[in-house]
Amino acid sequence: MLRLDKLTKTYKTGDQALKAVTLDIPDGQVLALIGPSGAGKSTLIRCINRLVEPTSGKVHLDDVELTGLSLGRLRRERRRMGMIFQEYALVERLTVMENVLSGRLGYVGFWRSFLRRFPQSDVDEAFRLLDRIGLAHMADKRADELSGGQRQRVGICRALIQDPALLLVDEPTASLDPKTSRQIMRLICELCRERGLAAIINIHDVALAQMFVQRVIGLRLGAVEFDGPPDGLTPDVLTTIYGEEDWEATIEKVDDDDEIAAQ
Amino acid sequence: MTSTDTEISTRLGKRWKKPPFIQRTWLRWGLTFGFFAYLVAAYMTIEVNWSRVYEGLERGKQFVLAFTNPDFTTRSTDIWEGMVESIVMTVASSVVGIAISIPIALGAARNVAPLPVYLICRSIIAISRALQEIIVAILLVAIFGFGPLAGFLTLSFATIGFLSKLLAEDIESMDRVQAEAIKASGARWTQWINYGVQPQVMPRLIGLSIYRVDINFRESAILGLVGAGGIGATLNTSFDRYEYDTAAAILLIIIAIVMALEYLSGVIRARVQ
Repeated sequence: MLRLDKLTKTYKTGDQALKAVTLDIPDGQVLALIGPSGAGKSTLIRCINRLVEPTSGKVHLDDVELTGLSLGRLRRERRRMGMIFQEYALVERLTVMENVLSGRLGYVGFWRSFLRRFPQSDVDEAFRLLDRIGLAHMADKRADELSGGQRQRVGICRALIQDPALLLVDEPTASLDPKTSRQIMRLICELCRERGLAAIINIHDVALAQMFVQRVIGLRLGAVEFDGPPDGLTPDVLTTIYGEEDWEATIEKVDDDDEIAAQ
Repeated sequence: MTSTDTEISTRLGKRWKKPPFIQRTWLRWGLTFGFFAYLVAAYMTIEVNWSRVYEGLERGKQFVLAFTNPDFTTRSTDIWEGMVESIVMTVASSVVGIAISIPIALGAARNVAPLPVYLICRSIIAISRALQEIIVAILLVAIFGFGPLAGFLTLSFATIGFLSKLLAEDIESMDRVQAEAIKASGARWTQWINYGVQPQVMPRLIGLSIYRVDINFRESAILGLVGAGGIGATLNTSFDRYEYDTAAAILLIIIAIVMALEYLSGVIRARVQ
């Protein structure tokens, strides 16, 4: 459903963040993108919905070529790509409800959104999503009153209310503690399965990625170094992606004791 | 690595001093000496006429003493009319000025506006800031004649320079990712401003607006001196007539209103954090 064809990004400073990345992601596949800082993971995700303008190459979402679209058309296609951010990126002075409903901005006109008169179906869906993540009682709280884990869950609602076909997830757990990280990863993967969404998840934590995804892409210096199932990540592979280190501890299977406690 | 980094032994046991701001010794001392020489010369050119100061002390004393006995009643109609005029000027010019400032501030923020719009808006701000209120008022009084219309236009014009510049700076320093998240949802530009930018800069906008109302009121008391209406005209007349008790009454009212506005702005700003 998503196809990247020789996607390249060269920044004005001359740094080549992406070097002709070619990828094919089928419907409903959840994919983890790993690699060291500066490997181009964030750039890759942002080139897909063109928050960063790619230098060359093509991105196809189903049959639409995103790279050639005018701004108006691009806006319509962005509705099909929900994005989840590292530092949650909620608008802090807006309420939780406003933040969730802001995911519908691509569907409603300016005055409706300005007066906060969203269609009843949007409001109902927002409450259903908030209820699903257990935060319905927080709807009228300001976003900056929430904890990190709660904020990220609101961020997930904002992405899902867009009714997307694809989730672009940028380091969803980087600012969270280990337990909340797992809960958030599990929630994202569960919701993807329920709704049949494809997802690209940038993630630093290799062990966490292995626990939840079906496919792992290793990015190094803007090029794909590894593409395969999670158990294909051997110490040798990790060395080519990240460099020399003792990898045994990182890829050891984590036991699931505290997962049961978290439920 | 260079050799200076590695030879730690040459560093040990030696005093360390913060590197001076100006490296060249002769330039550093030259500039320092030159500045003080200029300062002494500058003070020597300011002449003091001591006999004139002695005469003036008497007038100064009368003026200060008038504050112990302010006269609110003799010219009460003049004071009232001047005050109403000042308040009308303040409110009208603040509302118009702020309303025009907001779009200009958006245009003058590099992270929101494209370069041509940015340059135009920055020029408008530069012009507005370069022309001091009194100069604008003199020009506008020449065009529109004496009265509050000139004052109203002057203050609106000055508000644009002040508010647009400071608001634009706040927009430029906003959190980019929050705004990016709104853009990623497929929002239009107007929705992006309303959801992604506005909530971030609202407290600053409100704070600056109240501050500007405060400034506009104080300025309206000055603009009367050049004929642009308001309480300043009444104040000027009373000075011309040596009616220091009336002048004192007017100044006391101005001080009271400014302090009330100051208190009000504190309360409102605490509420919108």
